[in-house]
Amino acid sequence: MQPDPVIFTPLLAAAGLIFAWSCYRRFSLVGVGASEDRFSSLAERLQGMFLFAFLQKRVVSRPFGINHLFIFWSFLILAVANTEFLVAGVFPAAKLARILPAALYQPLVFVFDIVSLCALTAVVIALVRRAVAPPYEGARTGEAFGILSMIGTLMLAYFGLHAAEIALGAEEAAQAMPVSLALASLLAGQGPETLKSVAQVSWWLHAGVLLFFLNYLPYSKHMHILAAIPNCFFKGLDTPNTQPREEFVEGNVYGAGSIDRFTWKDLFDSFSCTECGRCEKSCPAASTGKPLNPRLVMHDIKVNLLANGGLLQRGGEPTVPVIGDAEGSIKPDALWSCTSCGACLAACPVFIEQMPKITKMRRHLVQMEADFPEELLNLFENMEQRSNPWGIAPGERGKWAGGREVRQFEAGTTEYLYFVGCAGSFDSRSKQVTLAMTRIMEAAGVSYGILGKEEKCCGDSLRRLGNEYLFDKMARENVAQFQEKGVTKVVTQCPHCFTTLKNDYRQYGLELEVIPHAEFIESLLAEGKLKLDHHAKKGGNIVFHDSCYLGRHNGVYEAPRAVIAQATGSAPAEMERNRENSFCCGAGGGRMWMEEHLGERINLNRVSEALEGNPGTICTTCPYCMTMMEDGLKDRSNGGTTVKDIAELVAEGLR
Amino acid sequence: MYVVACIKQVPDTTQVQIDPVTNTLVRDGIPFIVNPYDTHALEESLRMKARYGFKAAALSMGPPNTEATLRKALALGVDEAILCSDRAFGGADTLSTSNVLAAAIRKLAQEDEVGIVFCGKQTIDGDTAQVGPGIAIRLGFSQLTLVDRIEHLDFLAKKIRVRRKLEGRYEIVEAKLPAMITVVRELNRPRYPTVPMRLKAAKAEVKVWDNKELQLDPNSVGLKGSPTWVSRIFSPQRAAGEIIGDGMGDPAGTARLLLEKLVASDMLAV
Repeated sequence: MQPDPVIFTPLLAAAGLIFAWSCYRRFSLVGVGASEDRFSSLAERLQGMFLFAFLQKRVVSRPFGINHLFIFWSFLILAVANTEFLVAGVFPAAKLARILPAALYQPLVFVFDIVSLCALTAVVIALVRRAVAPPYEGARTGEAFGILSMIGTLMLAYFGLHAAEIALGAEEAAQAMPVSLALASLLAGQGPETLKSVAQVSWWLHAGVLLFFLNYLPYSKHMHILAAIPNCFFKGLDTPNTQPREEFVEGNVYGAGSIDRFTWKDLFDSFSCTECGRCEKSCPAASTGKPLNPRLVMHDIKVNLLANGGLLQRGGEPTVPVIGDAEGSIKPDALWSCTSCGACLAACPVFIEQMPKITKMRRHLVQMEADFPEELLNLFENMEQRSNPWGIAPGERGKWAGGREVRQFEAGTTEYLYFVGCAGSFDSRSKQVTLAMTRIMEAAGVSYGILGKEEKCCGDSLRRLGNEYLFDKMARENVAQFQEKGVTKVVTQCPHCFTTLKNDYRQYGLELEVIPHAEFIESLLAEGKLKLDHHAKKGGNIVFHDSCYLGRHNGVYEAPRAVIAQATGSAPAEMERNRENSFCCGAGGGRMWMEEHLGERINLNRVSEALEGNPGTICTTCPYCMTMMEDGLKDRSNGGTTVKDIAELVAEGLR
Repeated sequence: MYVVACIKQVPDTTQVQIDPVTNTLVRDGIPFIVNPYDTHALEESLRMKARYGFKAAALSMGPPNTEATLRKALALGVDEAILCSDRAFGGADTLSTSNVLAAAIRKLAQEDEVGIVFCGKQTIDGDTAQVGPGIAIRLGFSQLTLVDRIEHLDFLAKKIRVRRKLEGRYEIVEAKLPAMITVVRELNRPRYPTVPMRLKAAKAEVKVWDNKELQLDPNSVGLKGSPTWVSRIFSPQRAAGEIIGDGMGDPAGTARLLLEKLVASDMLAV
């Protein structure tokens, strides 16, 4: 049954060398990227790799994930069998059957036999799924079917070989191989010559497919087999929305306008992507017909790297632009469609960071090309001149208070800085939330103060839109002000202020205790500082909409739900897409300030989902979500449903 | 050939309030911005630079802090930024301002021919729309106001054809160069500075020309050269409004009521 080692050995050596050379050639391309430290906190990284790569925690969280888990583990286990297979091809004496005692050999082949059947079953399921209900449009590629067929063929060849060997009586551990044994019974009655031929053909089929598969990997999307495990090791440990700062000195370039402006990890990400399409499915832009598709962003980066990487390695200039209209380039419209909601990041089983790359490219467009959607010119000017997105006079900032006396923050006399934010200060609807917050804090006897006229915009939209230069300027001003005034504890009602003050300003050396209003109210309730009338439940049943910046970007999921439960006496209803799978309102990432010309409107998509349960109230925790939900309701002409912030729900119930 | 954009630093009028006691503008802590119409003048000069290879110069008159405005122009890509600044220029009205700016353009013309001067149609603080025409008259330039489109420029034949945006109509006119053009917002969409240009502009030179350089008669500049002075600024009082009828409950009746009122007060001819 064994082939002649004289024939097989050179074949194996050639296949091995070509594979090694291909891997080197491909993986060395990531070296054109900029440096980035992804080796810190080794223990945490190893733990992440174990959990997400080997236990496939994220893979199994969505449909057909279990199927992948089976294929993955079959692959690992059968790697032992395949290694033996290849080694025995060169050194027939090295067969495990000859080396291992029966007590070890028999359980081992039993496992191989069963696992091979599992793998075959999983592959058949995957093939059927892809044919019948593909994960996304365009997923029925020859490449995908080819790879699955190859794995299937490997299993069939495995069974063919062993069944024939058993039928020939050449397998001592036949009783330990139930699947092969069953198949051998089908071959019973065949002559030894036929059986030998079956075994021979199976052996060569197995060897051929195996070596071809190995050499095909580096050139296909299945390179993820090699890259995904390390990618889980290299996963970002910081909040991914907090991008590295840029240094503004003459001679520097900003953002990613060419492939070598990404970091090596950005480029490695592109090799780790197997185009499963989960990011695409969760992306609010992709699922409402916008030109952005995070899967294709990764695909185009990879195509670009393959086109330009070699040139760059030889000291040349890239020929395919990273931002543009061709394959291998990402369309500007795609970049401007991103709401920075982070759904792609949460969906990716192997922690590819799609959204931060979009921000890097936006940085290039804004800062190097001054090329951005028309509407943003006003926003940028308003921010620079008046420190708020609407361009309202800064002197008007404290006016939300009306006639109320609200203390100015003063370290020592007021404990918390209540950072109202631009929406809470200027947007007429959000001002009501601000007033609700002051009522709550007054009722609980919280010692707080505001900055009033001196408050400035946190700069969130600027940073997500890639105008890092202006963000940097505003962040410095804010940080200086906080430090000068001795601010240490901040309460916010806008998740965008929250994340910026908490995560982004840390890069400026400012460590604040920033508490989103949901958590603040929750703690006031827990401490018994608020007396609520549970029966004063207004607005019918409540459905809760997660803010991306509170939820996905900062992990605050339960506090708002707990607050609603306490304020109304019952837990809120959930939409189908909730918590880390929540669907953006459409306003993040600076989209609040842009027109939505392309595709279905994201807020309508979300409002339709919210209305499925026929709620009396959609409860939000973010001024942008509030605007988008209210606008969406107007469009759906649903008179009965209202939108409320959690602070308003609580303030209504105050006794 | 030079193309010059005259730009003015103005207080951000959305933030300016009038002191009810003194009837003067409260300017404390009010940020300055580039007069919005002038940003379109500047943009057009930059487009001409890009298209025809002219040298673009930004010109302003004002106190030393006007430099910030000129730096913005440098960040957008002008080749030269000139600030006419002298204590003697202070307190100027539109007449003495145009004297100074015209003198600066004359001085610039000693270096190279000035083909076109762009100005915003008016400023948002004074709202007079007089400085541009004043410059044109003093320099003997063709005067094209309220331009919303450059139809054609033939700088060899020294001719320019533009469209003027007037009330309810457009007018296409042709004039000889050199010309002074005041622009409306529809003319173009101003660009945004790139970061490298901002950083470069921060170190670039803003030329400051005082009256030693411009050599103007001290009686023709500043307060002395200004026949106009502001005696009082005030917000006109508005009479309180009146709610007529019940628009929600009885729209037809309310409309009739409104019509009667309008006819009675002679606001509508029947």
